[in-house]
Amino acid sequence: METISILPPELIRMLIAVIIIISFLFLNAIMMGYLERKIAAHVQRRPGPMEVGFHGILQLIVDGVKLLGKELLIPFKVDRTLFRVAPLLSFTPVILPLLVIPFSEKLQARDLNLGLIFIVSMGSVNVMALLVAGWGSNNKYAMFGAMRAVAQSIAFEIPILLSMLAVVLMCNTFSLKEIVGAQEKIWFVFLQPLAFLIYVIAGVAETNRAPFDLPEAESELTAGFHTEYSGMGFSLFFIGEYTNMFIVASVAAVLFLGGWHGPHLPYGEYLGIVWFFLKVYFLLFLMIMIRWTYPRVRFDQLLNFAWKYLVPFSFVNILITAVLVKL
Amino acid sequence: MTFYQTIAEGLFFAFILLVILGSILTIRTKILMHTVLGLAVAFLGTAGIYFYLGSMFLTLMQILIYVGAICIVLVFGIMVGYTPTEVADKTIKDWRNKFLAIFSATTAFLLLIACVLKTDWVPALAENRDFSITHLGEEFLYTYCLAFELISIVLLVAIIGSIILARGGREDEYKTIEHLRSAKGNYPNDDAQ
Repeated sequence: METISILPPELIRMLIAVIIIISFLFLNAIMMGYLERKIAAHVQRRPGPMEVGFHGILQLIVDGVKLLGKELLIPFKVDRTLFRVAPLLSFTPVILPLLVIPFSEKLQARDLNLGLIFIVSMGSVNVMALLVAGWGSNNKYAMFGAMRAVAQSIAFEIPILLSMLAVVLMCNTFSLKEIVGAQEKIWFVFLQPLAFLIYVIAGVAETNRAPFDLPEAESELTAGFHTEYSGMGFSLFFIGEYTNMFIVASVAAVLFLGGWHGPHLPYGEYLGIVWFFLKVYFLLFLMIMIRWTYPRVRFDQLLNFAWKYLVPFSFVNILITAVLVKL
Repeated sequence: MTFYQTIAEGLFFAFILLVILGSILTIRTKILMHTVLGLAVAFLGTAGIYFYLGSMFLTLMQILIYVGAICIVLVFGIMVGYTPTEVADKTIKDWRNKFLAIFSATTAFLLLIACVLKTDWVPALAENRDFSITHLGEEFLYTYCLAFELISIVLLVAIIGSIILARGGREDEYKTIEHLRSAKGNYPNDDAQ
């Protein structure tokens, strides 16, 4: 019997969870890529990808194969080590937050009692990856993109944290599972509408999406920090961005939209994942619609908006929450 | 030793290795950007050691504050000022600075060694005290309240100082622009428009 338990069951469980999560990441990126192109096309009154499969549904798979087959170009004057490490560095911290997200009551790789802080700290490592990519490319566009990414993420990290803190104050825990559990009767979006609004705006900015996509503004910076990347290096950034969007949306679903709660389903503790995914993909749909509806803001408008409106409002919100909770 | 313990020990030495390699990279490289990245690696290793010691909170705070905030601000500063080709000048022979560096490093090292040797190390399990976050928070806000507030004053001073520096810098910049305008007739970037 001793020989059977060479690998501890907990370790095997984590390994399986990581494999499922990584394969989900790729699937999510493919789906999001397709959705984005299709929605963009319909917003602009054109059909979008139509050739490969029914309504172009296999387009992104074909694109993925193309990207896999492409040569990994390394420009002559880049910092070779950093240039190669950066895509991996941007990909790793986006896998880890998914380990603590409760997809449904019993589908969660690991319930950390500091889950929310874990997600936030991994997000800050991600910024480092953009910096390394931008600097390592030895390219002015990439450098400017990276610098904008940092300034933006520093500015928007504060309102995002404060809006999260309002929820944490209400349920007295950082564990995502317990936060969802506290929303059984009423979702926090109804109790904390301002925090939700601030979170969504700052979240869109944090993922570098339009109208806050200044780090990769095509019309000014070619492609921002990943200008010099080709093939899989580019794809890893691409997958990283979509996963980041997924994480921001799922944290919003967990904190404000009641996570897996919804009308009763059989095997609710597992099938709650249906409600969770509905909420997450609704938010992602919203983010895509925002991208194709609003023009890009100017950089000073972006920073002014963060520091002069979002930060004071979130401070007021947290003050009111603290007073009401402790009364 | 069980399998778990073997993994844990292995991780511990991996983290130590990470700290040492990061530190060596920090001081040996000639490129400033690599210095900061080495520092980030060393910080990550330190976070790993906290993790090994069982404090998830300290681990996450180490990553959030040191890697996520301090290193990024440092990198930001470097990116504003330096390009990748710009490396430290090897020919500098400033003996006074060298002496000061060796002196301060040796003193700090000796002081730390003295502290390590002097302390009576008790395993955390035998200490039998409350190390939970709740307890730590209460200690900070009640027992060590003064120290805690003093740290926040240091931060306040830093913020005020940076604001003053930034204000002065901008006025100087305007003066330079005015100077250039009067000297050359127009600002050098104007011809782009």
